[in-house]
Amino acid sequence: MTAAHETQAGVAAGRAVVDTQGMNYLTSLPRRVVTVWVPLSVFVVVLLFPFYWMAMTAFKPDAELLSRAANPFWIHSPTLAHVKHLLFETAYPSWLWNTVVVSVVATVISIFCSVLAAYAIERLRFRGSRYVGMAIFLAYLVPPSILFIPLATMVTELHLFDTRLALILTYPTFLIPFCTWLLMGYFKSIPLELEECALIDGASRLQILIRIVLPLAVPGLISAGIFAFTLSWNEFIYALTFISSSEVKTVPVGVVTELVEGDIYHWGPLMAGALFGSLPVAILYSFFVEYYVSGLTGAVKE
Amino acid sequence: MAGVTITAVRKWFGSTQVIRGVDIEIADGEFCVLVGPSGCGKSTLLRMIAGLEQITEGEIAIGGKVVNRVLPKERDIAMVFQNYALYPHMTVRDNMSFALKLAKLGRDDIEKRVARAAEILALSSYLDRYPRQLSGGQRQRVAMGRAIVRDPQVFLFDEPLSNLDAKLRVQMRTEIKELHQRLRTTSIYVTHDQIEAMTMADRIVVMRDGIVEQIGDPLELYDTPVNTFVAGFIGSPAMNLVPGIARTGGASPGVEFEGGARLPLPRTARAVDGGRVLYGMRPEHCMLGSGASLPAEVVVVEPTGADTQLFCRFNGQELSLLIRDRATCRPGDRVALVPDLDRAHLFDAASGARLAA
Repeated sequence: MTAAHETQAGVAAGRAVVDTQGMNYLTSLPRRVVTVWVPLSVFVVVLLFPFYWMAMTAFKPDAELLSRAANPFWIHSPTLAHVKHLLFETAYPSWLWNTVVVSVVATVISIFCSVLAAYAIERLRFRGSRYVGMAIFLAYLVPPSILFIPLATMVTELHLFDTRLALILTYPTFLIPFCTWLLMGYFKSIPLELEECALIDGASRLQILIRIVLPLAVPGLISAGIFAFTLSWNEFIYALTFISSSEVKTVPVGVVTELVEGDIYHWGPLMAGALFGSLPVAILYSFFVEYYVSGLTGAVKE
Repeated sequence: MAGVTITAVRKWFGSTQVIRGVDIEIADGEFCVLVGPSGCGKSTLLRMIAGLEQITEGEIAIGGKVVNRVLPKERDIAMVFQNYALYPHMTVRDNMSFALKLAKLGRDDIEKRVARAAEILALSSYLDRYPRQLSGGQRQRVAMGRAIVRDPQVFLFDEPLSNLDAKLRVQMRTEIKELHQRLRTTSIYVTHDQIEAMTMADRIVVMRDGIVEQIGDPLELYDTPVNTFVAGFIGSPAMNLVPGIARTGGASPGVEFEGGARLPLPRTARAVDGGRVLYGMRPEHCMLGSGASLPAEVVVVEPTGADTQLFCRFNGQELSLLIRDRATCRPGDRVALVPDLDRAHLFDAASGARLAA
């Protein structure tokens, strides 16, 4: 049925029919398959394939992995050998623990500092606040691959080399600029009148921040938190430079440095390590995805 | 409760001066309305009284105490904002008790005050709802409730009704006035709507471009506007201002208009012979008649039931006319407009100032 034909039919049948037209043509089954399900499945396949490959390899015996005859997309006789190797013959559990500690502490520090910085820049409007805001954003543009050289000197001078504290203190250098920028945008969306009203109601700046602004900025805080957590979880270059002992390493570094010996890749344990390393972040995302989206798109609704 | 005194207040935003020397004396318990077109500085003035804007020059005193350097929370004022500014994450009860909690009042006292305010505003059954679950009028009432629980010295209203629909606005207007009659708290109310100003105020302050044009009670402003701006701003439909030349030499002093028409001087007016003037007549103070009159052509007739508004053209200028009777004339008819000389006005054409004896 063509659009013109439909309109004519609608006009003939009266207004009620016309009103039910609109985008309803999308609801017929073949059209929905083309407009919704096909693109969706392409996305799903592209996005989930790495996960699938990771999971497959993690449970595939070495013989099958290296055999040319075996089906690369399926496992014949799954094995837990790689997982066992990873958990009991490497320091993987402590890598995981280190990653959790470093990410959580660095995130908390960064969010705390960013909230204060963003609020001050956005709402206290002190002299030069705009330039400070710009400067913080510019700091984010400095690549870690340049920054790690001076940072390494500082870490050594402070006798923090090869400790978790080295990472906890250096991660905020890229987390704070990012979170500050994100929270500035979010704070801007909170109506100024609310704060003025609270000011007249007798609240101090700190009370306004804690009792009015932060409760309204929860989606923004969550998305900043998730971002900070993910960035620290996946961070590689600082962790590689500032850590050398196996028991202090984080997952991304530990997996690469200890499961690749020379030119031998232990694909099974490597993929198992990557799989377990990516699960916590994936779970975190799935819990907060709604907040995360609204945090990025902003807007407080009254 | 307390009066508010504003003395020689000026305000600059950067290099632009938005308030150019304002003096207002608001008595204890008075309902004072600041009215003017947008950008006249009325909201800025209110925010300066609230302490949300710095005072560049001059003095503001509340209850005899100069508050220039006093923080908003120490001024003992409450403010109702245009968009209500209710805290979206708090229930009505929490919204209303927020200030009291900050002031560290006792739990029982808070409970009692909130209950009383809720009763006055008919909000008792909504106390546990969130602002998003309320209608516009209810939100407006919560915003007022939040102000009255504190029992402040002064209420400040910043265009509180402009977000409501027309019907609700009229209703809330009455409610606010009733509330003031009940509480007798000094109130300063900012609006751009002259009808709101006329109906609610004990005294009106008409502002334009950062200066006060006239201060007076509503009828004073209506009866004796000091210049053409106030004359045109107060009253609806607006006053007709017809340019002419004063002729006071002869036996019957009057104003001569282009095309030769002539009207006697308004009863209270005095003018210099040959001076260029504006003859002011309110639409409701004109009649159709004969004798000394302005010959005009009817353009549009708008019956509203109670009365009829006529738009007539005189010398290319559109004049409006509000008559009580059912109009018998039709567009195209020639009519003669006769002003009520007791209630007509005369202004200087150049300065706009009222010319009175």
